[in-house]
Amino acid sequence: MADEHQSDAPHHTTVPVIDPGLTFASVTDKISSIVLKRKTPLAWFIGFAISFILFQLMMLAITNLVFVGIGLWGVNVPVAWGIDILNFVWWIGIGHAGTLISAILLLLRQQWRTSINRFAEAMTLFAVAQAGMYPIFHLGRPWLAYWLFPYPNTMGVWPQFRSPLMWDVFAVSTYATVSAMFWFVGLIPDFATLRDRAQSKPFQIIYGWFAMGWRGSARHWHRYEMAYLLLAGLATPLVLSVHTIVSFDFAAGIIPGWHATIFPPYFVAGAIYAGFAMVLFLTIPLRKFYGLEGFITMRHVHNMAKVMLATGLIVGYGYVVEAFFGWYSGNKYERYMIWNRMHGPYAVYYWALILCNIITPQFLWIKKVRSNLLLLWLISIVVSIGMWLERFVIVVTSLHRDFLPSSWGMYQPTQWDWAMFVGTLGFFFSLLFLFIRFLPMISIFEMRTILPEAEVEE
Amino acid sequence: MPQIFHHSTNALAKTTIFGAIFILVAALWVAAEISRSSWNTGQWVEIQQPVQFSHKHHTGDDGIDCRYCHTSVETAASAGIPSTSVCMNCHKQIWADSPYLQPVRASFSTGKPLEWTRVHDLPDYVYFNHSIHVNKGVGCSTCHGRVDQMPVVYQASSLQMEWCLGCHRAPEKFVRPQDKIFDMEWRQENKTTAEIKDGKSLVNTNHIQPAKVLTSCSTCHR
Repeated sequence: MADEHQSDAPHHTTVPVIDPGLTFASVTDKISSIVLKRKTPLAWFIGFAISFILFQLMMLAITNLVFVGIGLWGVNVPVAWGIDILNFVWWIGIGHAGTLISAILLLLRQQWRTSINRFAEAMTLFAVAQAGMYPIFHLGRPWLAYWLFPYPNTMGVWPQFRSPLMWDVFAVSTYATVSAMFWFVGLIPDFATLRDRAQSKPFQIIYGWFAMGWRGSARHWHRYEMAYLLLAGLATPLVLSVHTIVSFDFAAGIIPGWHATIFPPYFVAGAIYAGFAMVLFLTIPLRKFYGLEGFITMRHVHNMAKVMLATGLIVGYGYVVEAFFGWYSGNKYERYMIWNRMHGPYAVYYWALILCNIITPQFLWIKKVRSNLLLLWLISIVVSIGMWLERFVIVVTSLHRDFLPSSWGMYQPTQWDWAMFVGTLGFFFSLLFLFIRFLPMISIFEMRTILPEAEVEE
Repeated sequence: MPQIFHHSTNALAKTTIFGAIFILVAALWVAAEISRSSWNTGQWVEIQQPVQFSHKHHTGDDGIDCRYCHTSVETAASAGIPSTSVCMNCHKQIWADSPYLQPVRASFSTGKPLEWTRVHDLPDYVYFNHSIHVNKGVGCSTCHGRVDQMPVVYQASSLQMEWCLGCHRAPEKFVRPQDKIFDMEWRQENKTTAEIKDGKSLVNTNHIQPAKVLTSCSTCHR
């Protein structure tokens, strides 16, 4: 880490988005060889094995849950939404960075997105997969989850369209679909590259299957770029809408601590904050391990740290406004809610949240911290934990003491709550490990477009 | 490099991509049809009983009133299944030696009730009360069909929730005058404008609750 610090650091504005020594051929070689040629490193097997074991824990937790029922979890009145819903919000938030990077930064023509968009989109997709499981298993009868969709059912009734929970179904399923489409479409030319370079027949067939007959003709490219732009346009509003609607799940309720107008922007900023923390947490070791410093340069790291700082400040503003709102409302329930957060039985979560989410990112103002990969990596972990704590404070602390002291209660996640959470982490990392082994984790064809070689004189 | 895929895969790919939407819609349609089919609902399926009892004969040919056997239909949730002694009111006099009635006589002498097989089985999470329906103008045949023409009784309606709601949302289309409740030949549905007008006035005179109340969840799911 130390030597890198010296070579890459202070003049980050002049650090290029791609190593200037690279060429069309070397870009393709370098990225595709991870998948096709290089021996799978032992560390990959160890990492995948650990993730896969944790994934099995998730399968066990889910199987047990389906057979026994959600009494297995710690949720009960008054805290009927426990860490399962919390984890849903946490995972879906993480996904947002991927969509922001791939769609909004594409439309804003930010070249630096190119090196990390593929990876971030994969992260989005895998995070949404984890997120989606929680509300479905929270239903208690997950096999009836399709009732959530409006279809001409034999009950003769439609789902409650006025409920934000219903909007959530649409928001998340749209998000998952568009993210998957965007990711897949982005992969098509690279699938073709892998197809052409694969040595064994089965891999040629598999990659060829997904490449959908891509030959790279001018007509292909013409249509492709239009389709990709359209998908980016479709994905862009989702960055804002999905977490806005997730925040409505809370804000439309009348519970003090939920019923606040600041929720949509505050949730969206928090989502991007958590997402960039996760991207940094994943890319820092990856670029080191696979020697991708030429593709994911310090420029990227700096930019991501800055986005984290900016969104972290918005989130901090959200906390301040929540407290102000509690005081300014003059409503004793709102005031008690804030007091209870700061001094109640879950106060330690609140203060840990302030430490993780408001105080820690302030270090990112310092250029030296932004250039220190180890520190950045640690900060990204702290922020991820902080965002988890934030959702704990919102979901659990608000619910456990509402209007009537007679209905107050405490919430404690059970071992099965934790098994499910750790299990989804395992599932997430299993998918990521498979992704970096079998797909190009950096977009080959897009990297080629930002090479000096690709500049066209008009 | 040789081609990995045969030329024809191009056409195959296009067909599957464009066909996907049709396949999906068709699959949904099939699922919707299956869930409404008698295979799923049990509608139209004749249920064999321990005794070869014919509703057609007793009601249609003999003209016995529904309430002779289903005594509690006007006063209770269940219409009531007659005890064996009700059968024996007549059958100790007529057909007293018929081999068909052997199980009935056995039941009568041992006191062990006949085990009829239930034809109309609503799910346990549904609260249903015969008396309110009968007293507010819903005739037997509206739900049970022409029982007077059924040698073996079958379920005449799907009993799916959309079927229940069809009436709860528009009771004026189905209610009939109070003296026609047990009339098997009365129309099953009010269709013409005049009939619906009569239905509406019946809704008023019978104080049938507005659709908002009739379709409230807790009206049936208590």
